[in-house]
Amino acid sequence: MSKVVARTGNEAMAEAMRQINPDVVAAYPITPATEIVMIFAKYVADGLVDTNFVAVESEHSAMSACVGASATGARVMTGTSSQGLCLMYEILPIAAALRLPIVMCDVNRAISGPINIHCDHSDTMAARDFGWLQIFSEDSQEAYDSLIQAIRIAEDPRVHLPTMVTTDGFIISHCLDRIEIVEDKEVKEFIGGDRKAANSLLDVKKPVSVGLLDLQDYYFEHRLPVAEAMKNSKKVILEVAEEFAKKFGRKYGLYEGYKLDDAEIAIVALGSTCGTAKVVIDELRAKGIKAGMLKIRVFRPFPAEEIAQALANVKAVAVLDRSDMWAGQGGQVFTEIRSALFEAVKKPQLLNYIYGLGGREIDQPMLRSVFTALQSAEKQPLVQYLGVRE
Amino acid sequence: MSEVKPGWKTLPEGDIVKGGTAAEFKTGDWRSERPVWFPERCIHCMFCWISCPDSSIVVKDGKMTGIDYDHCKGCGICVKECPVKPNKALEMKPEREGSCQR
Amino acid sequence: MDSTVEIRWHGRGGQGAKTAALLFGEAALSLGKNIQAFPEYGPERMGAPVASFNRISSLPITLHCSITSPNIVIVLDPTLMETVDVTAGLPADGLIIVNTKDCPADIRKKLQLRGGKVFTVDASGISKETIGRDIPNTPLMGALVKASGLLPIDSMIKDTEEKLKKKFASKPEVIKGNLAAIRRAYNEVIGE
Repeated sequence: MSKVVARTGNEAMAEAMRQINPDVVAAYPITPATEIVMIFAKYVADGLVDTNFVAVESEHSAMSACVGASATGARVMTGTSSQGLCLMYEILPIAAALRLPIVMCDVNRAISGPINIHCDHSDTMAARDFGWLQIFSEDSQEAYDSLIQAIRIAEDPRVHLPTMVTTDGFIISHCLDRIEIVEDKEVKEFIGGDRKAANSLLDVKKPVSVGLLDLQDYYFEHRLPVAEAMKNSKKVILEVAEEFAKKFGRKYGLYEGYKLDDAEIAIVALGSTCGTAKVVIDELRAKGIKAGMLKIRVFRPFPAEEIAQALANVKAVAVLDRSDMWAGQGGQVFTEIRSALFEAVKKPQLLNYIYGLGGREIDQPMLRSVFTALQSAEKQPLVQYLGVRE
Repeated sequence: MSEVKPGWKTLPEGDIVKGGTAAEFKTGDWRSERPVWFPERCIHCMFCWISCPDSSIVVKDGKMTGIDYDHCKGCGICVKECPVKPNKALEMKPEREGSCQR
Repeated sequence: MDSTVEIRWHGRGGQGAKTAALLFGEAALSLGKNIQAFPEYGPERMGAPVASFNRISSLPITLHCSITSPNIVIVLDPTLMETVDVTAGLPADGLIIVNTKDCPADIRKKLQLRGGKVFTVDASGISKETIGRDIPNTPLMGALVKASGLLPIDSMIKDTEEKLKKKFASKPEVIKGNLAAIRRAYNEVIGE
C-alpha cells in the first residue's frame, strides 16, 4: 500500500534512506544537499533507524569513512553536491575499484567558480569516469524510487559498484511535490535483508587486506573488472526496475521515450528539464508536429546501443547538455551520443545545446525554440549555447 | 526595475571587478521596521555600534550621531543591545502605517 | 479547475513566504490536488526581498521552470511594493492580495492596476492579536482561500491544524493562534 504525500526532493531522498535503514551514513553538509543528511541525522537521533551516523570534517573524509565502513560489509550511504562531490573525487574511484556498493544521494549543482549554488550537471558529469553508476531523476518520485532500486543494483554480485542517484539542485531538491511512498516493510522486503558481502574487514576469523598497491603487473587487470561490471549492470538495472514495477506500479528503464516512437524531431535531456519538455512536446503534438524526447535515466553505464536504436528513425535530434566539457566539442551527453551513433546506418542529424549553467532558467519558450531549430537542423551550427547573453 | 546586464563578450576577464562595491548596494529598503534614535537618552556606550552587523551606526569623535538608513536592514539588534533604562535610546518603529481605518 | 493555477508569494526573509507556500501546497494536496511549492533562492538574509511559488492543478504537474506570469500574487509586506515589481507578469484577470491596513482602492491606485481584483487584509494586525507576533503568512492563507475559492476553508484549516500539530507539538497555543488567524483573515479580507 502506498500513500500520497508532499515531499521535496531532499525529503523524498531522506525518506527513502530511512526506509532503507543503512548500517552507516557518513556525510558533510553542502547546499543544496544539506537537508538530506540533516533530516536523516534527525531520524538517527530519534531512533527511527539503526544507522551509525558518522559526522566528519569534510567530504573527503565522508567518502573515506564510507569506503572503510563499506569494506566491513556494511550497507553504506551518503549525500553531497558540487564542491562536496569535487572534494570526494580522490576517493570515488577507490570505492569503485574496491567494488564497494556505496549508494550516494547527489544533488546536481554548478561547480565553482564563480561561486554558484544553483543547478547544473557539471559536478556529476565530471565524476562520470570514476566507475560509479549514475542515475538521474526528473522529479522527487523518481529520486525516491531510484534510491530504493540503487541498493539492489549496487549490491548485486554481477555489479558490486557504487551508485549515485541524482536530483536537480533546488529545482527538485527544494520543490515540494506530490509523491507516492510505499510502506517501510515493502521497502525492506524489496531490498531483501542485510547486505551480503563476501568479505569483511572486521571478520577476525577470515582476515583480509584492502586497498593494496598494484603496479604495472596487476593494476590493469584489477581495473578491467570495473568496466565488465559496468556492462553487466545494464541487465541488473532492468531486472530490478521490472521487479519494482511489478511491486509498486512505476516503470523505469535505462531511458524513457516520450512520444518518441513516431517522432520526426526529438530532444535528448536529463533531469528536471524533461518534465518541462513534456509540456512543450504535448503542445507541439496538438499542432500536428511530431516532436518527442529521449530522457536519459542511466548515464553510467551509458546505454549506447539502446539509444542509437531508439533514435534511428528520428530525422533530427537536439542533445541538451546542462554542463560543458570546455573542449569546444559540445557537452558530455552530446559526445557520448555522437559516438554511439557513429556506426549506425540510420541516424538522425545531431545538434547540441549547452544550457542552464549555474541555474540559468530553462523554460517553455526556450525549449520551443530548440524544436523550431530542429525543423531546419541542417542550417544550424553543431554546438550552441542556449540562454546565454551574447 | 530591470537592469540591462552585459553579455559574456564584454565582461571583465576572470570575473574580477573593482573592490568596495558593497557600499553601493543600498540594503535600507529591506526594512519593515526601523530603529529610531533618541539622542537625549543616549549614553554613547557604543553597544549599538559594536553590535550592528551592517556598520550602520554612524559615529563621529567617539559619539553616536545617527543611523545610516541607506544600509540599515532593520534587524533590531541595536535596540536589543541598548542598555539605557527605563527607556532605551533606540526604539523600533514600523516603516510605514496604513491609511485604512476599520 | 483543469488548468494550473500559479501563485507567487512576496515577502522578506524571515516573514514565512516559503512556509506559506509549503503549507498551502500541502493543504491543497490533502484535498486531492496536484501541487508544487518552491522558493526562489537568493540571498537568504533576514529582511531581504524573497519570493515563493505554488502550482495547483487537478492534473499531474511536470513543469519545472520558474513562474513568471502568476494568476495570483500575495504580498506579505506592503513595504515591498516600493522596491519590488510585485505585479510583474500578473495577467489582466489576475488577483493580488496585500497584507496592509490600506483599502483595496488605495492599493489599486498605488500599483496602477486597471484590471484584475485587489484584496487587502491586515494580516500583520491579525497575527499580532492571535499569535502574538507579526507573522502574516498563515492569515494570508485564509485570505487566499477566500479571494481565490481554490479550496474549501474548513478543510484547509483542518489540514493546517494537523501539519502545525506535528511541528508545534509542545506549543498548543501557537496552533490555536494560527488557526484563529486564518479564520479571521478569511472573514476580514476585502476586495474590489
